[in-house]
Order: sequence, then structure tokens, then C-alpha cells
Amino acid sequence: MIEISVGPGDVTDIRASYIELTRRRRLYGGALLALFVAMMVAGFRTADRRNAGSFRDGFAHIFDYPAEVLSEATEKAAQLPDHIVHFLPALIETLNIAAAATLIGAIAGSVLALLSTRGMARWPRLIPVFRRMMDVFRAIPEIVIALVLIFMLGGGPVPAMIAIAIHTAGALGKLFSEVNENASLKPVEGLQSVGASWTQRMLLGVIPQVGPNYVSYALLRFEINIRASAILGFVGVGGIGYELRNAMSWGQGRYDEAAAIFVLLFLTIVAVDQLSSLLRDRLTHGGRT
Amino acid sequence: MLRIDKLTKRFGANTAVDAATLEIDKPAMVGIIGRSGAGKSTLLRMINRLADATEGTITFEGRDITHLRGAAMREWQSDCAMIFQQFNLVPRMDVVSNVLHGTLNRRSTLATMFNLYPTQDIHLAIDILDRLGIAEHAPKRAEALSGGQQQRVAIARALMQDPKIILADEPIASLDPMNAQTVMEALRRIHEEDGRTVIANLHTLDTARRYCDRVVGMRDGRIVFDGLPEQLTTGVAREIYGAGADFSEAATSTQIETLNISAREAALREAEATI
Repeated sequence: MIEISVGPGDVTDIRASYIELTRRRRLYGGALLALFVAMMVAGFRTADRRNAGSFRDGFAHIFDYPAEVLSEATEKAAQLPDHIVHFLPALIETLNIAAAATLIGAIAGSVLALLSTRGMARWPRLIPVFRRMMDVFRAIPEIVIALVLIFMLGGGPVPAMIAIAIHTAGALGKLFSEVNENASLKPVEGLQSVGASWTQRMLLGVIPQVGPNYVSYALLRFEINIRASAILGFVGVGGIGYELRNAMSWGQGRYDEAAAIFVLLFLTIVAVDQLSSLLRDRLTHGGRT
Repeated sequence: MLRIDKLTKRFGANTAVDAATLEIDKPAMVGIIGRSGAGKSTLLRMINRLADATEGTITFEGRDITHLRGAAMREWQSDCAMIFQQFNLVPRMDVVSNVLHGTLNRRSTLATMFNLYPTQDIHLAIDILDRLGIAEHAPKRAEALSGGQQQRVAIARALMQDPKIILADEPIASLDPMNAQTVMEALRRIHEEDGRTVIANLHTLDTARRYCDRVVGMRDGRIVFDGLPEQLTTGVAREIYGAGADFSEAATSTQIETLNISAREAALREAEATI
């Protein structure tokens, strides 16, 4: 052996200190597990107490509503294709809102991420400011921003788009800055050595490294935003959510329309998922040449 | 002990290993040489069952292990340790945990999830590390160690398995000459002191000659040489590597002395040229 061999006394020391380390780790692990279980139990109890009815009684009735929707939809199954065609324009509006919001949010998110990553930030002292800004963007529910904007701008797709874009900028900014932390700073230093500006360093040194990850997260966000934009339809910004709210209200006999909308939403999510995995594969493994 | 009969592996139209037949009847240190792409790695991966054989059989102590599945296969893998060129440790876990991974087949998933290894296993792991001269790095993360140290952690993990056979796939190919020597000496010592069979893929002739009792040469998936290190003449080596008359052994060497000699020779030749 090249190393000076360690005497038996040293090994005993190493053993003891490692056992001590293990014991401490186990203690932490055990405490964390106990905390988790306690919180689950306490949380369940609180939730159960606050419910209008008991969880156990209500649990059996969870499937009543879907069963009713399904039975009515199967009765009028012949009209389903008609309904799907009828709701297609509304779906496209929803998709448009989601796509525009994702695009704007992703661009804002990348800038925020670069500004708030240690080692890359343009103004290192302002990192906490940009971080808190993203926190605020994520903290305010989309529906609240949308309602305020509807009050100021009037109903329509634009308030929904802005609301979702703000949330997306906050959420993607955080994810992007985590991606940035794993990027190598060596190319950035290389570009700095030739006298490149901050924007040039980021665009040419960082973005090529993190691009595939950015796209992958943005596509995931697009899926989430489709749902968000459908939900915002409930508060009157149009799109498929508005139609869904009208169709799914109890006792109007329009459950067949609701079923058609659910089918449309499901197909859209599947299509986006397939498309995004295809794109991600191309980006990470390179196109087949 | 270990018997490989007409073992073949095809990847689509390519044949990586072509009807390889090999028998090891007593514990030995066997070196497999050949240029890259000769099928050395695939052969070892099939023995460890990381890869499935297309045709042929592998028998160990009379038991056919070619078609083992599930728990039986994993039990065989725990008896047949593997050492990799790139160490294949978990970089973010500490050295002792990486060594304790050698016992995973004997422990329940739940216990290993919460890091509940028996104290005597932890002691044994540290003793093995001490034997390989890296006990003082026990609590460090594996990624904080140098290449040679990481490879010795990988050997410690293999020893922790208490295996019947150790396979080493290019164990020194990504190490500098100094560390390569330490690692090869460790493998040799394990063979001599514990009497375990070691099969190592090597890409340098002099390493095979120096440390192995028996050398197997592979070329294009076939076993073309099987004999004692002394029988490995330059002519035979040329045959194995498929090289012409310009083939020089120093070119495949990572050993310090040889490099020094060739450097001295080069300097001498250069001096002669100037005169």
C-alpha cells in the first residue's frame, strides 16, 4: 500500500466516531418520521372535524356525482360527437390563453431566474429582492389576480392570460434558478475573459446548458396552465371552463355536455403530454439524423 | 468452478461475444486482454447477469446461472462481485454507506431505506476499508475522494459482498499509473490472502503479465488465446491486438517504469538524431 498504514487504535476511533454519526442520523430520521406521522394524524382529525359531515359518512357518496354524469352521458351518447364539435372553439380559446401565458411567463421566469442565481446574477445584492418577487408571484392565487383584473379591465381572455402568466413566472423562475445552480460556470468565465456583456454571457454561456431542462419544465407548466385556464373560465373569462360551469350545475339535464367537455380536456392533456415527451426526447438526445 | 460454454451475445446484427468457451477449475487471478470492442466487458457483464446471453451457458459450481430470474438472479449477483471502470459508487453517500451497499441482497428494503445496518456490519466495513488503506476517509462523501481511492471503495464494496468470485471491468483504465498499481496490488492481495477468484479485464499487457496467473486474449468477440503469462510473447500480443509490426508494448503500457524507459529511449534517440 502506498499510504502509511493506520494503527489498530486509529481504526477503533474511526469505528466509534462513525457509529456515533450513524446513531445521530438515525435519531434525526426517526424524529422526522414521528413528526410526519403526527402531522398526518392531526391534520386528518382537524379536517374531519371541520367538514360539514363526517369523512366516513361522506366517503361512500363521493362517486354519486360521477355516476350520475356517466349514466346521463351514456343515455345521450349519440349526441357526444356533436357536443365535442360545438365546444371545440371554446377549447381553442382556453388553449390560447394557456399557451400565451406559458410563453410570457417562461420568458419572465428565465430572466428572474438568471437574476436570482448565485454566481450568475447581474446584481448579486438584489438576489433576495428578485427571490421575494417570485415568492409573491407564486403566493397570490391566480383566481385572485384574475378577479382583480376583470374588475379593472373587464371580462375576457386577457385578464386570465395575465393572471396565469404572473403565476407561471414565479413558479418557473424558481425551477429555472435551481437548474441554473447545476450549470457549470466555466463557460461563463470563458466568455467573461473575452469581454462579453452580462446578457451575452447568459444567452451564449448559460442558456445552451440549461435549455433542454427549461423547455421540459415549461412544457409541464403548459399542461398545468391548460387546467388553470379552464378553471378561470368559472369566474367568467370565457373558454371551456365557462361552458363547463354551465353544463355541470346540478339538475339542468346537461350532463352529456359536461361529459363531452371532460373528454375534450382529457384528450388535450394526453395530446400535450405526448407532444412534450417527443420534444423533450428530441432536445435531450438530439434529432435523429 | 466457473464454466462458460459457447457463450454468445448479439446486439442486432453485431456479435459482441462469439461462442466464448472458458473454464476456471481452481481459484485463480485471470486477466482478459484485447483491444476495446473485443467483447471483454460484455463477457463480464453476462457472467454478472447485468446482460443476458443470446446463446450458450454459464455454470458455476455445477449450477446453471444463465437463465436465473428474480430473487435467484440477485442472489447470484451478490456472490459475484463486480468492479467497474468508472467505480459506479453513489457519489453523494458516505464511503461506509457505499461499502455497506455490498450487503443489500441480505437486508430488507425497509431496513436499508432507513439506513439500519447492523453494528457488526459497520465495523466490518471499516475493517475492510482499513485493509485497503482508506479507513480515515470513512465518513466522507464518495465524490470527495480521488479516483484511486474511489476504486478502492468499490473494491471494499465487492469484499463486503463476501463473494465467491470478483469480476473487474477495466479497474485501472481511468487511473493514473501510481493509483493503478495500488488498485492492482489490492486485487492481487485479495486473491492471494482470501483465495478468491478474480477475473479482470485489462487493456495493458504488462499489467496482465505482472499480476495474473492466467491470461485470456479476446479479439472480435472470440477467445483467441488462453495460457500462462510467459506464453504471451510479442507475436501473440500482436495477434490479439490485430496490430502490425509497428506494434510496441510500451504503447499499451501505463506502468511508470516502462514509461520512463520509453521516455529515456526517446530522449536518447533524439540526442542521436541531433548528433
